Amino acid sequence: MRYVVLLKGNQPATPPPAGLMEGIFALGEEATRAGVMLDNAGLAPSAAGARVQVADGRLSVTDGPFAESKEMISYAVYEVASKEDAVEWTSRFMKLHQDLWQGWEGEAEILKALGPEDFAPPA
Amino acid sequence: MTVLQADDAARRAVEAVWRIEAGRLVAGLTRMTRDFGLAEEVAHDALVLALEQWPKAGIPANPAGWLMTTAKRRAIDRHRREATHQRALQVLSRDREIAESADGSSAIDDAMDDQIRDDLLRLVFTACHPALSLESRVALTLRCVGGLTTPQIARGFLVSDATIGQRISRAKRTLQTEHATFELPTPAEMRERLSSVLEVIYLIFNEGYAATSGEQWMRPALCHEALRLGRLVAGLAPGEPEVHGLVALMELQSARIPARATSVGEPVLLQDQDRRRWDRLLIRRGIAALERAESTGRPVGAYSIQAAIAACHARALTIEETDWEHVAELYEVLGDVWPGPVVELNRAVAMGMAFGPAAGLELVDALTDSRELRTYPMLPAVRADLLQKLGRTAEARREFEQAAALTQNESERGILLRRAAECR
Repeated sequence: MRYVVLLKGNQPATPPPAGLMEGIFALGEEATRAGVMLDNAGLAPSAAGARVQVADGRLSVTDGPFAESKEMISYAVYEVASKEDAVEWTSRFMKLHQDLWQGWEGEAEILKALGPEDFAPPA
Repeated sequence: MTVLQADDAARRAVEAVWRIEAGRLVAGLTRMTRDFGLAEEVAHDALVLALEQWPKAGIPANPAGWLMTTAKRRAIDRHRREATHQRALQVLSRDREIAESADGSSAIDDAMDDQIRDDLLRLVFTACHPALSLESRVALTLRCVGGLTTPQIARGFLVSDATIGQRISRAKRTLQTEHATFELPTPAEMRERLSSVLEVIYLIFNEGYAATSGEQWMRPALCHEALRLGRLVAGLAPGEPEVHGLVALMELQSARIPARATSVGEPVLLQDQDRRRWDRLLIRRGIAALERAESTGRPVGAYSIQAAIAACHARALTIEETDWEHVAELYEVLGDVWPGPVVELNRAVAMGMAFGPAAGLELVDALTDSRELRTYPMLPAVRADLLQKLGRTAEARREFEQAAALTQNESERGILLRRAAECR
């Protein structure tokens, strides 16, 4: 089962401690070695992005930054055996932030990509 | 959430931790106890305790440390019970502080980190020990390295729990009588043992892949588990080209899964697949793994060559865009390292696409006396396709009917009979 994890967060005034990046890289390496992390990358602040919308019969493009206070920070794609596996890897990732960056707050959305398991086999 | 649902959620959470930790847990315990069977059992004891306690007390901050500490305590208890107290203490003394630290958190991590990779690699080699039958290696690898439960493995292979349970306990007994040392093989043994590991992984993959055309989900899940194990071994032995080759092959084959069956579960042949449904991320990963295989600077083998062929297909957005000349070339190379009539038959298909049906037919005709292919439906099916393209419809029809008579697969028979009917 494939899950896309989107990390959103508010940056505290203090810069990210050196140990955090090290921890993130180590966990990423561990998940990659374990064969469950397919892809991941950091995301630039929304100011670098744009939004393409269809509303009232019109297609419009709006440049960032967007109004939400939380910025998208990174994404990861996991391929795991259950939602709980994705939750466990993501919790470890979030715990690193909790433990190592005083005042950091954020949330990770775990979204399931539809896969063969979502389509009932033929009767 | 009802109590039952909450229990179920907690159980699934414990299982998730187990899947992540099982391999290194068993690997680390085996190194400490020098006893693979004991390690496996105490690791499972720890899992059972976790299943009892975590739903009530919550998942500990360091679940891996909790499991390791608990399992080691069980190992010490067992040694005591078996009146080998002195030896147990001797064996375990160097890890005593770790075993007795309260929650076993950072001390274990520090002690383990540098060992984990070697331990896991040893575990993989032990589970794929040459003294074991191939099916035992499969069961043991899935259970000890993959963290699958006996019922999960049984469901994957469509056999009973008891059968898998017996295979595992027999395998553990064999390892014991063989005094299978939990050591890394010498460089000379390495290649031979590694090819056994890769064979086991690919066998697991194929068990799932053969069933991906619409059967119960657990079987395709075997593909995923094999791919995960392959990626894991590639991380453990990064200098071995064929590990990357096998991973590349499995990534590229997995990429096709969404297009391999119709909505009603009929298999769809490669040339008829809707390539827009192919998984681009897996294709990208497969091609990257193939590049890693080639960049080791060592000669590649059959897996890498097959992966290179799969990459040719993956790069082409339509069947016509396929670089068939290169595919034909690769099949020729494959035939050198892994000779066999099935490879020749595939080469004939590629030759037919690259240089016209007559070129393909010439190769197929040379195979019609092959004893190995006497009951292989693809031989007449390929021959029929080439004859049809050459306008020799009467012969094509006979060959399609022959292929239909040989296949064991109902839906494939339907396709072949349809094509026979077209040849008028």
